[in-house]
Amino acid sequence: MVEQSAEIGISVRNLYKIFGPNPEAYIDAVKGGMTKTELNDKHNHVLGLKDINIDMPGGGIQVVMGLSGSGKSTLIRHINRLIDPTAGEVIVGDEDVVKMNENELREFRRHKTAMVFQKFALLPHRTVLENAVYGLEIQGLPREEQETQARRWITRVGLDGFEDNYPNQLSGGMQQRVGLARALTNDAPILLMDEAFSALDPLIRMDMQTVLLDLQKEIRKTVVFITHDLDEALRLGDRIAILRDGEVVQQGTKQEIVLHPADEYISSFVREVNRGRVITIDMVMTPLSGEPKGMPVAAGSVLEVAAKKMTDSNASTAHVTDASGKPIGNIDIRDVIAAMVTPVDHESAAAA
Amino acid sequence: MDWLTKFPAMDTDRLTALKKAIDFAFRDFTRANGDLFEWALYPVQWFMYRVEQLLTSSPWPLVILAFAVIAWLASRSTKITIGVVITLLLIGYFDMWEDTMKTIAMTVVATILAIIVGIPIGILMGRSNRIQAVLNPILDVMQTMPSFVYLIPVVMLLGIGRVPGLIAVMVYAIPPIIRLTNLGIRLVDKDVLEAADAFGSSNWQRLKNVQMPLALPTIMAGVNQTIMMALAMVVVASMIGVQGLGLPVLKAISNQYFTLGIFNGLAIVGIAIIFDRTSQAYGKRLQKHLEVIHG
Repeated sequence: MVEQSAEIGISVRNLYKIFGPNPEAYIDAVKGGMTKTELNDKHNHVLGLKDINIDMPGGGIQVVMGLSGSGKSTLIRHINRLIDPTAGEVIVGDEDVVKMNENELREFRRHKTAMVFQKFALLPHRTVLENAVYGLEIQGLPREEQETQARRWITRVGLDGFEDNYPNQLSGGMQQRVGLARALTNDAPILLMDEAFSALDPLIRMDMQTVLLDLQKEIRKTVVFITHDLDEALRLGDRIAILRDGEVVQQGTKQEIVLHPADEYISSFVREVNRGRVITIDMVMTPLSGEPKGMPVAAGSVLEVAAKKMTDSNASTAHVTDASGKPIGNIDIRDVIAAMVTPVDHESAAAA
Repeated sequence: MDWLTKFPAMDTDRLTALKKAIDFAFRDFTRANGDLFEWALYPVQWFMYRVEQLLTSSPWPLVILAFAVIAWLASRSTKITIGVVITLLLIGYFDMWEDTMKTIAMTVVATILAIIVGIPIGILMGRSNRIQAVLNPILDVMQTMPSFVYLIPVVMLLGIGRVPGLIAVMVYAIPPIIRLTNLGIRLVDKDVLEAADAFGSSNWQRLKNVQMPLALPTIMAGVNQTIMMALAMVVVASMIGVQGLGLPVLKAISNQYFTLGIFNGLAIVGIAIIFDRTSQAYGKRLQKHLEVIHG
């Protein structure tokens, strides 16, 4: 039932965006080091994005995190070129989106990308089903085919029985499920999610994150997820890039971000994170020396899971096993708990 | 100090020469092209004639039934439907049936023409700021120009009768439909348009799937206003030989027949209410999807 879309990576290279009536005039100055403030004060142009370089591997969830005004929504709109860059390249697969002409761009948007929006952006005059088929309708598929696909995804996101309702008759969470179903029905290899869950209340948001993670196990799309919420970023992101004032301040896996925040700005976010759910036991294990001790725990488990398993079976030590079940290291419950509650010292974490 | 109390106007000879020049130029134009216009408007004339024939020569119970059915289909309201039937019965009882049918025919045909011409213009206006900048002042002039003035060039070009009357009515009634189509298109939620773009809609798909359906309630408000203006102008157009309820009103003014004027005036009010309520109820029904059921 699940078709495997070819995984397509996205590579953003030297991307600049200047907002204003005459952005080309200042691009060289900005490349030469003119700051955002200077550009704004002296020339009345706004520097939206500055020298963005992100490689997003195919089939994974890339989160772009930043506070409002950091340029994250501008960045995601460059991937399907809803916004034109001032300079730079956006390579999707082996094509540069920036160089596409109008027709190529339209075909690209129809077949390669699908998007979910913060404010849902559903068509209010169409029912749930009619909204879900939109992408396929635009592509000109036969109606029957459109509906089969759409019904499947409507069921998959848990909206069975609501096919004939109008968006206004649904709650915010359900509306965003429609948004998700509409994007998934399009069956594009790239899924762009612009603060898709930010407008939802916390419980519904958690719920939707679970839906997305479950789906992603099957569909393996290249997901670009924009958020201002670090917890959401850590929960969803295979890789995370953090944006501030239009610049990438740090990118890497969630553990890299949590364990080695690049500067004070990121540290201040990371301090509030539930580390037990982010850091994996690989970070605290000692390499195997001699016999594996205690019960086995799979590598890649987060601390919280390992701690629960160990306390449940009253074990103070355990060994870590890799994917094939081979023991690769030992962990001690004290180390696990220590890593959960106090920030791991950067040097020792790096050594581990 | 003569020039302070009396405005230093252009001198009379030159002014007369100017007016003459324009008048003669337009007269020459009409003489040269009048036939062409008449020929081009032949389908309109035929259509107008057909509608009028249909309404005046069909048996009156059938006509009332047809109006009732249309009112019901558009409004789904028993109250409005009954109102339509009673109004038409009263009009017939006071012996204004034929004039009323002629007026309704003229109004309907003028409205249809205004919609056919006005909506595309409104769409163009909604998509281009430049076109809007050009058309807005023209529409302002059209809406403030006294309605009688429209009659002059039309009569010069096409003479008197049904078709010139129809053209005058249409031109007078077209601004609201253009303006509100423009407004409706411009009011469409930017987020929804962005979503349509993100899925790769072409311009036509965007217009057909998103802009027009979402602008439709606003456009319907424009249609409603256009109908009302057409109805008002039909009476004025009786001055150039348009038959219908306007003619007795004109007669009543020149002969001081108070009751004749009031009766025909009330008949016009009656059909205005019929058109207004029915088209508004239809416009409301189009917005059904906006009813918020979830809190």
